Amino acid sequence: MHNLTIKQMSEKLHAGEITSVQLTQHYLDRISQYDAELNAFVTVTPELAISMAEAADKMLAAGNGELLTGIPIAHKDIFCTDGVKTSCSSKMLDNFIAPYDAYVVEKLKKVGMPILGKTNMDEFAMGSTSESSYYGPTKNPWDLNAVPGGSSGGAAAVISAGLAPMATGTDTGGSIRQPASFCGITGIKPTYGSVSRFGIVAYASSFDQAGPMTRSAEDAAWMLNAMAGFDERDSTSLERETPDFAAELNQPLKGLKIGVPAEYFGEGLDSGVEDVVRNAIAEVEKLGAETVEVHLPNKDLAVPSYYVLAPAEASSNLSRFDGVRFGHRCEAPKDLEDLYKRSRSEGFGAEVKRRIMVGAYALSAGFYDAYYLKAQKLRRMVRDDFTKAFESCDVIMGPVAPSPAFNIGEKSDDQVSMYLSDLYTIPVNLAGLPGLSVPAGFVNNRPVGLHIVGPYFSEAKLLNIGHQYQQVTDWHKQMPEQYQ
Amino acid sequence: MSWEVVIGLEIHAQLTTQSKIFSGSSIAYGASPNSQASAIDLGMPGMLPVLNAGVIDKSISLGLALNAEIGRKSVFDRKNYMYPDLPKGYQTTQLEFPIVGQGSLEIDVDGEKKVIGVTRAHLEEDAGKSNHGVVPGMSGIDLNRAGTPLLEIVSDPDMSSAKEAVAYAKKMHELVQYLGICDGNMQEGSFRVDSNVSIRKPGEPFGTRTELKNINSFRFIEKAIEFEIERQIEVIENGGEVVQETRLYDSENDTTRSMRSKEEANDYRYFPCPDLLPVIITEEDIQAVKATMPELPDTKRIRFVSEFGLSDYDAEVLTGSRDMAEFFEAVVKATDNKDAKLCANWMTSGFAAAINKDNLAVTDAPITAEMLAGMLNRIMDDTISGKIAKQVFEAMWNGEGTADEIIEAKGLKQITDTGAIEALVDEVLANNQSQVEAYKGGQEKMMGYFVGQIMKASGGQANPGQVNKMLKEKLS
Amino acid sequence: MSLGKTEVEYISRLAAIEVNESEVNDVAAKLSNILDLFSQMQATDTENVSPMAHPLDQVQRLRPDVVTAVDQHEKLQSVAPKVENDLYLVPQVIE
Repeated sequence: MHNLTIKQMSEKLHAGEITSVQLTQHYLDRISQYDAELNAFVTVTPELAISMAEAADKMLAAGNGELLTGIPIAHKDIFCTDGVKTSCSSKMLDNFIAPYDAYVVEKLKKVGMPILGKTNMDEFAMGSTSESSYYGPTKNPWDLNAVPGGSSGGAAAVISAGLAPMATGTDTGGSIRQPASFCGITGIKPTYGSVSRFGIVAYASSFDQAGPMTRSAEDAAWMLNAMAGFDERDSTSLERETPDFAAELNQPLKGLKIGVPAEYFGEGLDSGVEDVVRNAIAEVEKLGAETVEVHLPNKDLAVPSYYVLAPAEASSNLSRFDGVRFGHRCEAPKDLEDLYKRSRSEGFGAEVKRRIMVGAYALSAGFYDAYYLKAQKLRRMVRDDFTKAFESCDVIMGPVAPSPAFNIGEKSDDQVSMYLSDLYTIPVNLAGLPGLSVPAGFVNNRPVGLHIVGPYFSEAKLLNIGHQYQQVTDWHKQMPEQYQ
Repeated sequence: MSWEVVIGLEIHAQLTTQSKIFSGSSIAYGASPNSQASAIDLGMPGMLPVLNAGVIDKSISLGLALNAEIGRKSVFDRKNYMYPDLPKGYQTTQLEFPIVGQGSLEIDVDGEKKVIGVTRAHLEEDAGKSNHGVVPGMSGIDLNRAGTPLLEIVSDPDMSSAKEAVAYAKKMHELVQYLGICDGNMQEGSFRVDSNVSIRKPGEPFGTRTELKNINSFRFIEKAIEFEIERQIEVIENGGEVVQETRLYDSENDTTRSMRSKEEANDYRYFPCPDLLPVIITEEDIQAVKATMPELPDTKRIRFVSEFGLSDYDAEVLTGSRDMAEFFEAVVKATDNKDAKLCANWMTSGFAAAINKDNLAVTDAPITAEMLAGMLNRIMDDTISGKIAKQVFEAMWNGEGTADEIIEAKGLKQITDTGAIEALVDEVLANNQSQVEAYKGGQEKMMGYFVGQIMKASGGQANPGQVNKMLKEKLS
Repeated sequence: MSLGKTEVEYISRLAAIEVNESEVNDVAAKLSNILDLFSQMQATDTENVSPMAHPLDQVQRLRPDVVTAVDQHEKLQSVAPKVENDLYLVPQVIE
């Protein structure tokens, strides 16, 4: 059952060939069988899943089912779920039973998608490996010694190993696309503002964006249709009619202009990864597309700019974790300062503390102009590079990450080199553009993704390209042997 | 040695919206703890702010009233500091791009007019409250007030005495209530005045200022500033230096004292709030507010003098509050504008005295404008005299009915029947033969005596004009 | 850029995060490395570039001034570490 596409599952559910309870139980069984070694879930919610599946079966029986009704889902543990622990993989929120649903959770509940559980991640989404989780690292299903990427590493591993057909992720600096690449699955970060941030524990508000993580581009299109939409509770939610992201899936790619930025194939890119990406682009060309050279001259400014701005926002966003209204509180604080400092120092892990401190410093008196304001100006320059590039191409293609998944522990003590590995994904977040990662091959038996970036609101086009590519390749159908 | 005093005020006016600035929680005063603190107000994970439209219109109306620039693009910033009454660990406020820019307000101190500059007015959210003593050694936090919309109105350092400062504060207090953007309740903290006070020798740069915070009456503001000026003079003249600090006023001892100084200066790390977008105000938005704005106190005052022929003093008193002015105009209208001055007299004496005596707001008075007008109409048509009217007014105030009902029930109608008056005159003259002789012998002051006797005999109801006329005829 | 103990202590206070004596050097070194990354920004001329706070040039949407929230304090306080008489408790603060 776990090898079916979403569309096939949906057809079987609607035809009564399988029930949601059966499908949900199948995934719950796989979770019990495999998650002990993968550590992809923080919380598994079998009772909730089954009761929701029963309700979904009733909806289907009554003829009220939608395309995704009855199909189970795993939510990244950054989405608040009413009555279920929402930890953000932090000790700070280890005891936090969210008293409300995030917009996305609420919306997918209404459709009738049973919740299998909450997936592991880098603490507060700050990381590229999922190693900073309070609950321990998630393993890459393709190689248990490798990281699954991050921060949505749990979600990527879950899809890759077939422990859920769909999973939600969030992408602040690459956190959907990079783990998708590392785990050989499909993930899309939509245009900033497409999916409401209401109920998503904030990391960096002007970057955070939720999106689907699935096996195929087609599955992602169906899921994005269900996730996106205007939400009056989020001031940055786009007030526009939500398009049908699946509408263009079958459009031919003839005449498509692919921008290939020279800067994305420079120093530091693993040659194996480069081959995979160039082959993938050549494959798309065979479908009628053509390539043009484009330039993103300020690419190198993106990483420092992002690592000023995101931690600055985070330092403020995470001030609310003070041990007073929710979250971890230290034992017997002697005064207010003690309450704050001890609760936060005990509750946050090393990388979160580091980003809070860096962010506070970047905003502090005397440094604001040199760091924060400068970074905001560079943000505009990076965005303008894309605007200019899209004058001569429809989409940009390149690598998602400079290498395939690396080993657990390999980079965990060198923050700066870890930050620099986000160089291809971060510019897209600075600009707020949509970006897709689709599986495109392997290097040393570890998956590698193709990165497709488009102008604002071009999600349907990106998914169209991904789907057409997946019609002529089968990378997205491959699963690690032991989970088949 | 003469010192020049420099005072600037920061006024926090709580806006009269229904809901909070960034959430749909009520801002009603006095609710039970945390019953009006939603997940958004509590800064819970994943919660986001959405701006209340009501605060924008109210800010624009103040801006227009101060002839100020309206911030066509205003931006919300975060002021970062951690404190238990500040749930998110930052206050959402406006730093670089406030909603109201430079404007001014004219004040009047002992007949001297002075224009005080208003630097800016910006929107921000209020903090919660700490309660002490619920549990020993602990403070209890109530976040009902967190997120209540405030407009912080910052003056230029243009005031040079406590009197001027209070005149400015009072004028602003009157203005925000006129505009209906703040209820002005100082006891409940809806209108809070912080004073920045410094002294210097004329021509020298500004001296170090101290801030006097949260004093909840104009009288105490004046006393606190006066005390603080004296204190600073004394410090400097004794060779000391004024320390920049916040001081609290102690009304019992009429002194100011230093607040426990924060360990180190704050570094608020302001930056634009990424959860909120720039607020754009168009010319149409401004015109729409303008169209619904009430007449401002100064304009009204001038109009009362020219339109109704009132004295400056009466116009001042009657425009002291919007409710008072509206009551007065309703009375004038209900008496067909026959005698606005008479209406003004009754408003400033009888009516104003009565509400002051019972400590009532104009809108809580037991008589309506129509009732007062009903009585004034009876004076104007000679049904009752001014003297009898006082009796009628008191009865109306005590809830005994309308003027007509009271006049009827108590038989207070003036006697205007010539025959009846003649009979009274004849009776009094017949009973006072010796006084009649005295009058005829040249003692003209006896006239007053006769009038008094006749009025007494009529129970005060005889028309005094007719009585006089008749007496003169009979005695000639 | 290299941070010293004083700067780390200042940052620790701003961030309300404890950095104990044994950690100071390590924290200082790691933060300094990150600041070195930041210094790469300085070479670029941004004289005529305006700062960008949001990806899209959207403007703030306004919410009608109506009360929509209901009293949920029991549910919301169920996740609070210390509550008494519906108040959140903290160590005594002196005004």
